[in-house]
Amino acid sequence: MNILSLIPSLYVFVLAAFLGYQVISRVPPLLHTPLMSATNAISAISLVGSLVAAGANYNIVSTILGFVAVICATTNVVGGFVITDRMLRMFKRKPAVKIKED
Amino acid sequence: MPTYLIELFYLVSGVLFIMGLRGMSHPDTARRGIFYAEFGMLLAIVGTLAQHEIITYTWIITGMIIGSVAGLAMGLWVPMTAMPQRTAFSHAFGAAAAALVGISEYYRWHGHLEPFKMGALGFEVLLGSLTTTGSLIACGKLMGILPGKPLVFKGQNIFNMTLLTVTVATFVCLFVFPGVTFYFYVMIALALIFGVLLVIPIGSADMPVVMSLLNSYAGLASAATGFALNNNVLIIAGTLDGFSGFILSILMCKAMNRPMTNVLFGAFGSVAEQSGAAQAGEMREIGLEDAATQLAYARQVVFVPGYGMATAQAQHVIRELAETLEERGVTVKYAIHPVAGRMPGHMNVLLAEANVPYSELYELEQINPDFPSTDVAVVVGANDVVNPDARDNPTSPIAGMPILEVDRAKLAIVLKRGKGRGFSGLENPLFFKENTAMLYGDAKDTITRLVQAVHKL
Repeated sequence: MNILSLIPSLYVFVLAAFLGYQVISRVPPLLHTPLMSATNAISAISLVGSLVAAGANYNIVSTILGFVAVICATTNVVGGFVITDRMLRMFKRKPAVKIKED
Repeated sequence: MPTYLIELFYLVSGVLFIMGLRGMSHPDTARRGIFYAEFGMLLAIVGTLAQHEIITYTWIITGMIIGSVAGLAMGLWVPMTAMPQRTAFSHAFGAAAAALVGISEYYRWHGHLEPFKMGALGFEVLLGSLTTTGSLIACGKLMGILPGKPLVFKGQNIFNMTLLTVTVATFVCLFVFPGVTFYFYVMIALALIFGVLLVIPIGSADMPVVMSLLNSYAGLASAATGFALNNNVLIIAGTLDGFSGFILSILMCKAMNRPMTNVLFGAFGSVAEQSGAAQAGEMREIGLEDAATQLAYARQVVFVPGYGMATAQAQHVIRELAETLEERGVTVKYAIHPVAGRMPGHMNVLLAEANVPYSELYELEQINPDFPSTDVAVVVGANDVVNPDARDNPTSPIAGMPILEVDRAKLAIVLKRGKGRGFSGLENPLFFKENTAMLYGDAKDTITRLVQAVHKL
Protein backbone atom coordinates (compact mmCIF):
# COMPACT_ATOMS: atom_id res chain seq x y z
CA MET A 1 0.00 0.00 0.00
CA ASN A 2 3.02 2.19 0.37
CA ILE A 3 3.53 1.78 -3.30
CA LEU A 4 0.38 3.83 -3.82
CA SER A 5 2.09 6.94 -2.49
CA LEU A 6 4.66 6.44 -5.22
CA ILE A 7 2.09 6.81 -8.00
CA PRO A 8 1.67 10.62 -7.91
CA SER A 9 5.45 11.00 -8.01
CA LEU A 10 5.60 8.66 -10.98
CA TYR A 11 2.99 10.74 -12.77
CA VAL A 12 5.06 13.86 -12.26
CA PHE A 13 8.21 12.09 -13.39
CA VAL A 14 6.71 10.64 -16.57
CA LEU A 15 4.96 13.85 -17.56
CA ALA A 16 8.09 15.91 -16.85
CA ALA A 17 10.06 13.48 -18.99
CA PHE A 18 7.72 13.93 -21.94
CA LEU A 19 7.65 17.66 -21.52
CA GLY A 20 11.43 17.75 -21.14
CA TYR A 21 11.83 15.82 -24.37
CA GLN A 22 9.56 18.24 -26.24
CA VAL A 23 11.14 21.36 -24.83
CA ILE A 24 14.77 20.30 -25.08
CA SER A 25 14.49 19.00 -28.65
CA ARG A 26 13.68 22.52 -29.74
CA VAL A 27 16.92 23.98 -28.42
CA PRO A 28 19.26 24.68 -31.37
CA PRO A 29 22.85 23.30 -31.27
CA LEU A 30 23.94 26.93 -31.14
CA LEU A 31 22.79 27.08 -27.52
CA HIS A 32 23.80 23.64 -26.32
CA THR A 33 26.53 24.88 -23.98
CA PRO A 34 24.29 27.45 -22.25
CA LEU A 35 21.58 24.79 -22.12
CA MET A 36 23.89 22.47 -20.27
CA SER A 37 24.91 25.08 -17.73
CA ALA A 38 21.30 26.21 -17.31
CA THR A 39 20.00 22.70 -16.65
CA ASN A 40 22.94 22.25 -14.32
CA ALA A 41 21.83 25.26 -12.32
CA ILE A 42 18.23 24.09 -12.35
CA SER A 43 19.10 20.59 -11.17
CA ALA A 44 20.83 22.17 -8.19
CA ILE A 45 17.24 22.28 -6.94
CA SER A 46 18.50 19.50 -4.66
CA LEU A 47 19.34 22.58 -2.60
CA VAL A 48 15.75 22.30 -1.37
CA GLY A 49 16.57 18.93 0.16
CA SER A 50 19.87 20.09 1.60
CA LEU A 51 18.28 23.13 3.25
CA VAL A 52 15.98 20.88 5.23
CA ALA A 53 18.83 18.52 6.13
CA ALA A 54 20.98 21.41 7.30
CA GLY A 55 18.33 23.24 9.25
CA ALA A 56 16.10 20.60 10.80
CA ASN A 57 18.37 19.62 13.71
CA TYR A 58 17.89 15.88 13.20
CA ASN A 59 21.37 15.01 14.45
CA ILE A 60 24.85 16.43 14.05
CA VAL A 61 25.92 14.15 11.17
CA SER A 62 22.84 14.93 9.10
CA THR A 63 23.34 18.62 9.77
CA ILE A 64 26.96 18.58 8.65
CA LEU A 65 26.17 16.56 5.53
CA GLY A 66 23.34 18.96 4.80
CA PHE A 67 25.61 21.93 5.34
CA VAL A 68 28.16 20.65 2.81
CA ALA A 69 25.31 19.90 0.41
CA VAL A 70 24.00 23.45 0.81
CA ILE A 71 27.43 24.80 -0.15
CA CYS A 72 27.69 22.55 -3.22
CA ALA A 73 24.15 23.25 -4.40
CA THR A 74 24.30 27.02 -3.83
CA THR A 75 27.58 27.19 -5.73
CA ASN A 76 25.84 25.52 -8.65
CA VAL A 77 22.73 27.65 -8.50
CA VAL A 78 24.59 30.96 -8.35
CA GLY A 79 27.52 29.98 -10.57
CA GLY A 80 25.31 28.21 -13.10
CA PHE A 81 22.87 31.07 -13.57
CA VAL A 82 25.55 33.78 -13.63
CA ILE A 83 27.63 31.99 -16.22
CA THR A 84 24.62 31.05 -18.37
CA ASP A 85 23.55 34.65 -18.48
CA ARG A 86 27.10 35.72 -19.27
CA MET A 87 27.18 33.33 -22.19
CA LEU A 88 23.76 34.27 -23.51
CA ARG A 89 24.65 37.93 -23.45
CA MET A 90 27.37 37.20 -26.00
CA PHE A 91 25.04 35.76 -28.62
CA LYS A 92 24.30 38.68 -30.88
CA ARG A 93 22.35 38.90 -34.06
CA LYS A 94 24.52 41.24 -36.05
CA PRO A 95 26.41 44.13 -34.55
CA ALA A 96 24.62 47.30 -35.61
CA VAL A 97 27.57 49.38 -34.54
CA LYS A 98 31.03 47.89 -34.53
CA ILE A 99 32.13 47.75 -30.93
CA LYS A 100 35.83 47.91 -30.27
CA GLU A 101 36.93 45.44 -27.63
CA ASP A 102 40.13 43.79 -26.40
CA MET B 1 3.74 29.22 6.15
CA PRO B 2 1.01 26.59 5.69
CA THR B 3 2.02 23.50 3.74
CA TYR B 4 -0.40 24.09 0.87
CA LEU B 5 1.17 27.48 0.24
CA ILE B 6 4.65 25.95 0.14
CA GLU B 7 3.39 23.34 -2.31
CA LEU B 8 1.95 26.12 -4.46
CA PHE B 9 5.31 27.84 -4.44
CA TYR B 10 6.87 24.61 -5.68
CA LEU B 11 4.26 24.26 -8.39
CA VAL B 12 4.89 27.77 -9.72
CA SER B 13 8.60 27.19 -9.52
CA GLY B 14 8.28 23.98 -11.59
CA VAL B 15 6.29 25.87 -14.24
CA LEU B 16 8.89 28.62 -14.31
CA PHE B 17 11.68 26.08 -14.89
CA ILE B 18 9.82 24.66 -17.86
CA MET B 19 9.15 28.13 -19.27
CA GLY B 20 12.81 28.94 -18.75
CA LEU B 21 13.98 25.99 -20.79
CA ARG B 22 11.41 26.75 -23.44
CA GLY B 23 13.01 30.16 -23.84
CA MET B 24 16.25 28.42 -24.75
CA SER B 25 14.80 27.53 -28.15
CA HIS B 26 16.02 30.86 -29.53
CA PRO B 27 18.93 33.15 -28.64
CA ASP B 28 16.56 36.13 -28.50
CA THR B 29 14.33 34.63 -25.82
CA ALA B 30 17.01 32.69 -23.95
CA ARG B 31 17.97 35.38 -21.48
CA ARG B 32 14.38 35.99 -20.48
CA GLY B 33 14.05 32.23 -20.05
CA ILE B 34 16.98 32.16 -17.66
CA PHE B 35 15.35 34.94 -15.72
CA TYR B 36 12.20 32.82 -15.33
CA ALA B 37 14.30 29.90 -14.13
CA GLU B 38 16.14 32.09 -11.64
CA PHE B 39 12.85 33.35 -10.28
CA GLY B 40 11.60 29.78 -10.04
CA MET B 41 14.67 28.84 -8.03
CA LEU B 42 14.12 31.79 -5.70
CA LEU B 43 10.51 30.73 -5.09
CA ALA B 44 11.56 27.18 -4.33
CA ILE B 45 14.19 28.36 -1.86
CA VAL B 46 11.83 30.79 -0.12
CA GLY B 47 9.15 28.11 0.11
CA THR B 48 11.60 25.66 1.62
CA LEU B 49 12.98 28.10 4.16
CA ALA B 50 9.45 28.68 5.41
CA GLN B 51 8.96 24.99 6.19
CA HIS B 52 8.29 24.22 9.82
CA GLU B 53 10.91 21.42 9.92
CA ILE B 54 13.64 24.01 9.71
CA ILE B 55 14.59 25.15 13.17
CA THR B 56 18.11 26.56 12.98
CA TYR B 57 19.24 28.85 10.22
CA THR B 58 22.90 29.24 11.18
CA TRP B 59 24.18 26.38 9.02
CA ILE B 60 21.88 27.27 6.18
CA ILE B 61 22.93 30.89 6.05
CA THR B 62 26.64 30.11 6.42
CA GLY B 63 26.41 27.47 3.70
CA MET B 64 24.50 29.71 1.34
CA ILE B 65 26.95 32.56 1.81
CA ILE B 66 29.97 30.34 1.14
CA GLY B 67 28.21 28.79 -1.86
CA SER B 68 27.14 32.15 -3.26
CA VAL B 69 30.63 33.59 -3.01
CA ALA B 70 32.16 30.51 -4.62
CA GLY B 71 29.47 30.42 -7.30
CA LEU B 72 29.74 34.11 -8.04
CA ALA B 73 33.52 33.91 -8.27
CA MET B 74 33.27 30.96 -10.63
CA GLY B 75 30.50 32.51 -12.65
CA LEU B 76 32.20 35.84 -13.14
CA TRP B 77 35.84 34.92 -13.60
CA VAL B 78 35.98 31.57 -15.34
CA PRO B 79 37.05 32.32 -18.92
CA MET B 80 34.87 31.04 -21.76
CA THR B 81 37.64 28.74 -22.93
CA ALA B 82 37.47 26.92 -19.60
CA MET B 83 33.75 26.28 -19.97
CA PRO B 84 34.04 22.49 -20.44
CA GLN B 85 36.08 22.11 -17.24
CA ARG B 86 33.76 24.33 -15.29
CA THR B 87 30.69 22.46 -16.45
CA ALA B 88 32.24 19.10 -15.54
CA PHE B 89 33.19 20.50 -12.16
CA SER B 90 29.68 21.74 -11.46
CA HIS B 91 28.24 18.36 -12.48
CA ALA B 92 30.39 16.96 -9.68
CA PHE B 93 29.00 19.53 -7.25
CA GLY B 94 25.39 18.96 -8.22
CA ALA B 95 25.74 15.20 -7.96
CA ALA B 96 27.59 15.49 -4.64
CA ALA B 97 24.80 17.64 -3.22
CA ALA B 98 22.21 15.03 -4.19
CA ALA B 99 24.31 12.18 -2.76
CA LEU B 100 24.92 14.05 0.51
CA VAL B 101 21.23 14.75 0.98
CA GLY B 102 20.59 11.05 0.48
CA ILE B 103 23.27 9.98 2.95
CA SER B 104 22.02 12.49 5.48
CA GLU B 105 18.49 11.19 5.11
CA TYR B 106 19.61 7.57 5.45
CA TYR B 107 21.63 8.37 8.54
CA ARG B 108 18.68 10.16 10.07
CA TRP B 109 16.49 7.07 9.89
CA HIS B 110 19.34 4.61 10.52
CA GLY B 111 18.03 2.59 7.65
CA HIS B 112 14.50 2.23 9.03
CA LEU B 113 12.95 3.00 5.70
CA GLU B 114 10.16 1.61 3.58
CA PRO B 115 11.44 -0.38 0.61
CA PHE B 116 10.42 2.10 -2.07
CA LYS B 117 11.87 5.06 -0.23
CA MET B 118 15.03 3.04 0.29
CA GLY B 119 15.05 2.31 -3.43
CA ALA B 120 14.81 5.97 -4.38
CA LEU B 121 17.38 6.95 -1.78
CA GLY B 122 19.78 4.21 -2.80
CA PHE B 123 19.44 5.15 -6.46
CA GLU B 124 20.06 8.78 -5.63
CA VAL B 125 23.17 8.05 -3.60
CA LEU B 126 24.47 5.51 -6.12
CA LEU B 127 24.05 7.83 -9.10
CA GLY B 128 25.20 10.86 -7.18
CA SER B 129 28.41 9.20 -5.99
CA LEU B 130 29.48 7.80 -9.33
CA THR B 131 28.69 11.08 -11.08
CA THR B 132 30.75 13.00 -8.55
CA THR B 133 33.97 11.06 -9.10
CA GLY B 134 33.28 10.60 -12.82
CA SER B 135 32.84 14.35 -13.30
CA LEU B 136 35.97 15.12 -11.32
CA ILE B 137 37.97 12.80 -13.57
CA ALA B 138 36.41 14.39 -16.65
CA CYS B 139 37.27 17.81 -15.25
CA GLY B 140 40.87 16.69 -14.63
CA LYS B 141 41.16 15.43 -18.19
CA LEU B 142 39.77 18.65 -19.61
CA MET B 143 42.08 20.76 -17.47
CA GLY B 144 45.03 18.70 -18.61
CA ILE B 145 45.92 17.55 -15.10
CA LEU B 146 45.13 14.00 -16.12
CA PRO B 147 46.23 12.57 -19.47
CA GLY B 148 43.64 13.09 -22.19
CA LYS B 149 44.45 9.79 -23.83
CA PRO B 150 42.28 6.86 -22.81
CA LEU B 151 43.75 4.95 -19.87
CA VAL B 152 43.26 1.28 -20.59
CA PHE B 153 44.32 -1.96 -18.99
CA LYS B 154 43.77 -5.59 -19.88
CA GLY B 155 40.33 -6.91 -19.03
CA GLN B 156 39.10 -3.41 -18.29
CA ASN B 157 35.60 -3.86 -19.62
CA ILE B 158 35.13 -7.16 -17.79
CA PHE B 159 36.45 -5.61 -14.59
CA ASN B 160 34.16 -2.59 -14.91
CA MET B 161 31.16 -4.75 -15.68
CA THR B 162 31.89 -6.92 -12.65
CA LEU B 163 32.26 -3.87 -10.47
CA LEU B 164 28.99 -2.45 -11.73
CA THR B 165 27.24 -5.77 -11.13
CA VAL B 166 28.55 -5.95 -7.57
CA THR B 167 27.51 -2.34 -6.95
CA VAL B 168 24.00 -2.98 -8.24
CA ALA B 169 23.87 -6.22 -6.22
CA THR B 170 24.68 -4.26 -3.06
CA PHE B 171 21.93 -1.84 -3.98
CA VAL B 172 19.46 -4.72 -4.31
CA CYS B 173 20.58 -6.15 -0.93
CA LEU B 174 19.98 -2.75 0.57
CA PHE B 175 16.54 -2.67 -0.96
CA VAL B 176 15.71 -5.98 0.72
CA PHE B 177 17.48 -5.21 4.04
CA PRO B 178 17.42 -1.42 4.40
CA GLY B 179 18.61 -1.67 8.00
CA VAL B 180 22.02 -3.14 7.19
CA THR B 181 24.07 0.05 7.12
CA PHE B 182 27.14 -1.91 5.99
CA TYR B 183 25.59 -2.41 2.54
CA PHE B 184 24.89 1.29 2.27
CA TYR B 185 28.45 2.41 2.84
CA VAL B 186 29.91 -0.36 0.68
CA MET B 187 27.60 0.74 -2.10
CA ILE B 188 28.83 4.34 -1.82
CA ALA B 189 32.46 3.25 -1.92
CA LEU B 190 31.89 1.01 -4.93
CA ALA B 191 29.96 3.73 -6.76
CA LEU B 192 32.75 6.23 -6.15
CA ILE B 193 35.30 3.81 -7.59
CA PHE B 194 33.06 2.94 -10.52
CA GLY B 195 32.71 6.62 -11.40
CA VAL B 196 36.48 6.91 -11.76
CA LEU B 197 36.80 3.76 -13.82
CA LEU B 198 33.92 4.75 -16.09
CA VAL B 199 35.57 7.94 -17.31
CA ILE B 200 39.25 6.97 -17.26
CA PRO B 201 39.15 4.92 -20.50
CA ILE B 202 37.40 7.68 -22.46
CA GLY B 203 39.54 9.95 -24.61
CA SER B 204 39.28 13.74 -24.65
CA ALA B 205 37.75 13.77 -28.13
CA ASP B 206 34.76 11.83 -26.80
CA MET B 207 34.22 14.29 -23.97
CA PRO B 208 31.06 15.85 -25.49
CA VAL B 209 29.26 12.54 -25.00
CA VAL B 210 30.62 12.01 -21.49
CA MET B 211 29.75 15.54 -20.45
CA SER B 212 26.17 15.09 -21.65
CA LEU B 213 25.87 11.76 -19.87
CA LEU B 214 27.18 13.15 -16.58
CA ASN B 215 24.77 16.05 -17.03
CA SER B 216 21.97 13.53 -17.35
CA TYR B 217 23.08 11.48 -14.31
CA ALA B 218 23.35 14.55 -12.11
CA GLY B 219 19.79 15.46 -13.09
CA LEU B 220 18.45 11.98 -12.48
CA ALA B 221 20.12 11.94 -9.06
CA SER B 222 18.17 15.12 -8.24
CA ALA B 223 14.96 13.52 -9.52
CA ALA B 224 15.59 10.49 -7.31
CA THR B 225 16.02 12.87 -4.38
CA GLY B 226 12.56 14.14 -5.22
CA PHE B 227 11.19 10.58 -5.03
CA ALA B 228 12.93 9.98 -1.70
CA LEU B 229 11.74 13.24 -0.14
CA ASN B 230 8.37 13.15 -1.89
CA ASN B 231 8.98 16.57 -3.40
CA ASN B 232 7.55 17.26 -6.85
CA VAL B 233 9.60 20.27 -7.84
CA LEU B 234 12.74 18.20 -7.31
CA ILE B 235 11.34 15.54 -9.58
CA ILE B 236 10.40 18.07 -12.27
CA ALA B 237 13.70 19.95 -12.27
CA GLY B 238 15.79 16.78 -12.00
CA THR B 239 13.91 15.08 -14.80
CA LEU B 240 14.26 18.09 -17.09
CA ASP B 241 18.01 18.07 -16.50
CA GLY B 242 18.20 14.31 -16.85
CA PHE B 243 16.42 14.37 -20.17
CA SER B 244 18.34 17.33 -21.46
CA GLY B 245 21.61 15.52 -20.86
CA PHE B 246 20.21 12.33 -22.31
CA ILE B 247 19.05 14.01 -25.52
CA LEU B 248 22.38 15.81 -25.88
CA SER B 249 24.34 12.58 -25.49
CA ILE B 250 22.23 10.91 -28.16
CA LEU B 251 22.76 13.86 -30.51
CA MET B 252 26.51 13.71 -29.89
CA CYS B 253 26.63 9.98 -30.58
CA LYS B 254 24.67 10.50 -33.79
CA ALA B 255 27.11 13.20 -34.82
CA MET B 256 29.89 10.64 -34.53
CA ASN B 257 27.82 7.76 -35.91
CA ARG B 258 28.80 5.60 -32.97
CA PRO B 259 26.60 3.74 -30.55
CA MET B 260 26.77 4.87 -26.95
CA THR B 261 28.32 1.56 -25.86
CA ASN B 262 31.18 2.12 -28.26
CA VAL B 263 31.93 5.53 -26.78
CA LEU B 264 31.81 4.23 -23.23
CA PHE B 265 33.66 0.97 -23.71
CA GLY B 266 35.49 1.41 -26.99
CA ALA B 267 38.56 3.37 -25.81
CA PHE B 268 38.56 5.04 -29.21
CA GLY B 269 41.88 6.82 -29.42
CA SER B 270 43.87 3.70 -28.69
CA VAL B 271 42.37 1.35 -31.25
CA ALA B 272 42.48 3.84 -34.09
CA GLU B 273 46.24 3.63 -34.46
CA GLN B 274 46.28 0.42 -36.48
CA SER B 275 44.36 1.75 -39.45
CA GLY B 276 46.86 4.49 -40.23
CA ALA B 277 47.86 3.06 -43.57
CA ALA B 278 50.44 5.18 -45.32
CA GLN B 279 48.81 7.78 -47.53
CA ALA B 280 49.94 8.21 -51.07
CA GLY B 281 50.87 11.69 -52.19
CA GLU B 282 52.39 14.78 -50.69
CA MET B 283 51.02 17.38 -48.38
CA ARG B 284 51.23 20.69 -50.18
CA GLU B 285 52.26 23.73 -48.22
CA ILE B 286 51.05 27.22 -49.00
CA GLY B 287 52.86 30.46 -48.30
CA LEU B 288 51.30 33.14 -46.14
CA GLU B 289 51.04 35.68 -49.00
CA ASP B 290 49.47 33.12 -51.30
CA ALA B 291 46.92 32.20 -48.69
CA ALA B 292 46.12 35.87 -48.07
CA THR B 293 45.62 36.46 -51.79
CA GLN B 294 43.32 33.47 -52.11
CA LEU B 295 41.23 34.71 -49.20
CA ALA B 296 41.14 38.33 -50.31
CA TYR B 297 39.91 37.57 -53.82
CA ALA B 298 37.44 34.85 -52.86
CA ARG B 299 33.70 35.31 -53.09
CA GLN B 300 32.89 33.01 -50.22
CA VAL B 301 35.09 31.87 -47.33
CA VAL B 302 34.00 29.30 -44.75
CA PHE B 303 35.85 28.92 -41.46
CA VAL B 304 35.81 25.47 -39.89
CA PRO B 305 36.89 25.66 -36.24
CA GLY B 306 37.88 22.71 -34.07
CA TYR B 307 39.31 22.16 -30.65
CA GLY B 308 42.63 23.51 -31.93
CA MET B 309 41.02 26.94 -32.19
CA ALA B 310 40.15 26.78 -28.48
CA THR B 311 43.65 25.73 -27.42
CA ALA B 312 45.26 28.41 -29.58
CA GLN B 313 42.69 31.00 -28.40
CA ALA B 314 42.35 31.96 -32.03
CA GLN B 315 38.64 32.94 -32.05
CA HIS B 316 39.29 36.68 -31.73
CA VAL B 317 41.78 36.86 -34.57
CA ILE B 318 39.50 34.71 -36.73
CA ARG B 319 36.75 37.26 -36.29
CA GLU B 320 39.25 39.99 -37.14
CA LEU B 321 40.24 38.17 -40.31
CA ALA B 322 36.58 37.62 -41.14
CA GLU B 323 35.80 41.30 -40.73
CA THR B 324 38.74 42.31 -42.88
CA LEU B 325 37.49 39.98 -45.58
CA GLU B 326 33.91 41.17 -45.27
CA GLU B 327 35.07 44.75 -45.78
CA ARG B 328 36.44 43.58 -49.10
CA GLY B 329 33.07 42.12 -50.02
CA VAL B 330 33.80 38.49 -49.24
CA THR B 331 30.93 36.44 -47.81
CA VAL B 332 32.09 34.79 -44.60
CA LYS B 333 30.44 31.84 -42.88
CA TYR B 334 31.38 29.53 -40.04
CA ALA B 335 30.73 25.79 -40.18
CA ILE B 336 30.18 24.18 -36.80
CA HIS B 337 30.30 20.42 -36.39
CA PRO B 338 28.20 19.17 -33.45
CA VAL B 339 31.15 17.41 -31.79
CA ALA B 340 33.81 20.02 -32.54
CA GLY B 341 35.44 20.88 -29.23
CA ARG B 342 35.02 19.27 -25.88
CA MET B 343 31.36 19.84 -25.05
CA PRO B 344 28.14 20.38 -27.00
CA GLY B 345 28.06 23.86 -28.48
CA HIS B 346 31.64 24.64 -27.41
CA MET B 347 32.63 26.38 -30.67
CA ASN B 348 29.48 28.51 -30.77
CA VAL B 349 30.20 29.97 -27.36
CA LEU B 350 33.81 30.77 -28.19
CA LEU B 351 32.88 32.48 -31.45
CA ALA B 352 30.05 34.36 -29.79
CA GLU B 353 32.54 35.55 -27.19
CA ALA B 354 34.68 36.89 -30.03
CA ASN B 355 31.66 38.89 -31.23
CA VAL B 356 30.81 36.74 -34.21
CA PRO B 357 27.07 37.25 -34.85
CA TYR B 358 25.24 33.95 -34.51
CA SER B 359 23.60 34.42 -37.90
CA GLU B 360 27.00 33.59 -39.42
CA LEU B 361 27.28 30.25 -37.59
CA TYR B 362 25.99 27.35 -39.65
CA GLU B 363 25.17 23.79 -38.68
CA LEU B 364 26.43 20.79 -40.58
CA GLU B 365 23.30 20.16 -42.68
CA GLN B 366 22.99 23.83 -43.57
CA ILE B 367 26.55 24.41 -44.68
CA ASN B 368 27.46 21.19 -46.50
CA PRO B 369 25.56 22.05 -49.71
CA ASP B 370 27.48 25.35 -49.68
CA PHE B 371 30.98 23.91 -49.88
CA PRO B 372 31.08 23.29 -53.68
CA SER B 373 30.42 26.99 -54.22
CA THR B 374 32.94 28.00 -51.56
CA ASP B 375 36.22 29.39 -52.82
CA VAL B 376 38.26 28.90 -49.67
CA ALA B 377 37.50 26.77 -46.63
CA VAL B 378 39.79 27.54 -43.70
CA VAL B 379 40.15 24.65 -41.26
CA VAL B 380 41.40 25.89 -37.91
CA GLY B 381 42.45 23.11 -35.57
CA ALA B 382 39.82 20.63 -36.71
CA ASN B 383 40.72 17.18 -37.94
CA ASP B 384 38.36 14.23 -37.63
CA VAL B 385 35.26 16.31 -38.33
CA VAL B 386 36.61 17.12 -41.81
CA ASN B 387 38.09 13.68 -42.56
CA PRO B 388 36.68 12.53 -45.93
CA ASP B 389 37.50 8.93 -44.96
CA ALA B 390 34.42 8.96 -42.76
CA ARG B 391 32.35 9.31 -45.92
CA ASP B 392 34.42 7.42 -48.49
CA ASN B 393 36.17 4.61 -46.66
CA PRO B 394 33.82 2.07 -45.09
CA THR B 395 36.69 0.40 -43.20
CA SER B 396 37.70 3.59 -41.44
CA PRO B 397 37.11 3.61 -37.67
CA ILE B 398 35.07 6.76 -38.11
CA ALA B 399 33.15 5.47 -41.16
CA GLY B 400 29.67 6.93 -41.40
CA MET B 401 30.36 9.89 -39.15
CA PRO B 402 28.80 12.96 -40.76
CA ILE B 403 31.56 15.36 -41.75
CA LEU B 404 31.89 18.91 -42.94
CA GLU B 405 32.65 18.40 -46.62
CA VAL B 406 35.57 20.76 -46.77
CA ASP B 407 37.18 18.70 -49.52
CA ARG B 408 34.42 19.82 -51.92
CA ALA B 409 35.48 23.44 -51.61
CA LYS B 410 37.62 24.86 -54.40
CA LEU B 411 40.48 25.31 -51.98
CA ALA B 412 40.88 24.11 -48.43
CA ILE B 413 43.52 25.79 -46.28
CA VAL B 414 44.32 23.72 -43.23
CA LEU B 415 45.92 25.46 -40.28
CA LYS B 416 47.84 22.95 -38.23
CA ARG B 417 50.51 23.09 -35.58
CA GLY B 418 52.65 20.39 -37.18
CA LYS B 419 52.61 17.53 -39.63
CA GLY B 420 51.58 14.96 -37.02
CA ARG B 421 48.26 13.21 -36.86
CA GLY B 422 45.38 14.55 -34.87
CA PHE B 423 44.20 13.39 -31.51
CA SER B 424 42.53 10.23 -32.74
CA GLY B 425 45.72 9.15 -34.50
CA LEU B 426 43.86 8.77 -37.78
CA GLU B 427 45.41 9.69 -41.10
CA ASN B 428 43.38 12.40 -42.80
CA PRO B 429 43.26 12.08 -46.62
CA LEU B 430 42.01 15.65 -46.83
CA PHE B 431 45.56 16.85 -46.19
CA PHE B 432 46.81 15.00 -49.27
CA LYS B 433 44.25 16.23 -51.79
CA GLU B 434 45.48 18.54 -54.53
CA ASN B 435 42.95 21.22 -53.62
CA THR B 436 44.20 21.26 -50.04
CA ALA B 437 47.01 23.49 -48.84
CA MET B 438 48.67 23.28 -45.45
CA LEU B 439 49.63 26.29 -43.38
CA TYR B 440 51.75 25.25 -40.41
CA GLY B 441 52.21 27.10 -37.17
CA ASP B 442 50.30 28.38 -34.19
CA ALA B 443 46.79 29.24 -35.38
CA LYS B 444 46.54 32.55 -33.54
CA ASP B 445 49.91 33.72 -34.78
CA THR B 446 49.29 32.57 -38.37
CA ILE B 447 45.90 34.24 -38.60
CA THR B 448 47.24 37.48 -37.14
CA ARG B 449 49.82 37.55 -39.89
CA LEU B 450 47.15 36.66 -42.46
CA VAL B 451 45.15 39.71 -41.40
CA GLN B 452 48.19 41.92 -41.94
CA ALA B 453 48.89 40.31 -45.30
CA VAL B 454 45.30 40.84 -46.45
CA HIS B 455 45.49 44.48 -45.40
CA LYS B 456 48.57 45.00 -47.57
CA LEU B 457 46.83 43.74 -50.70
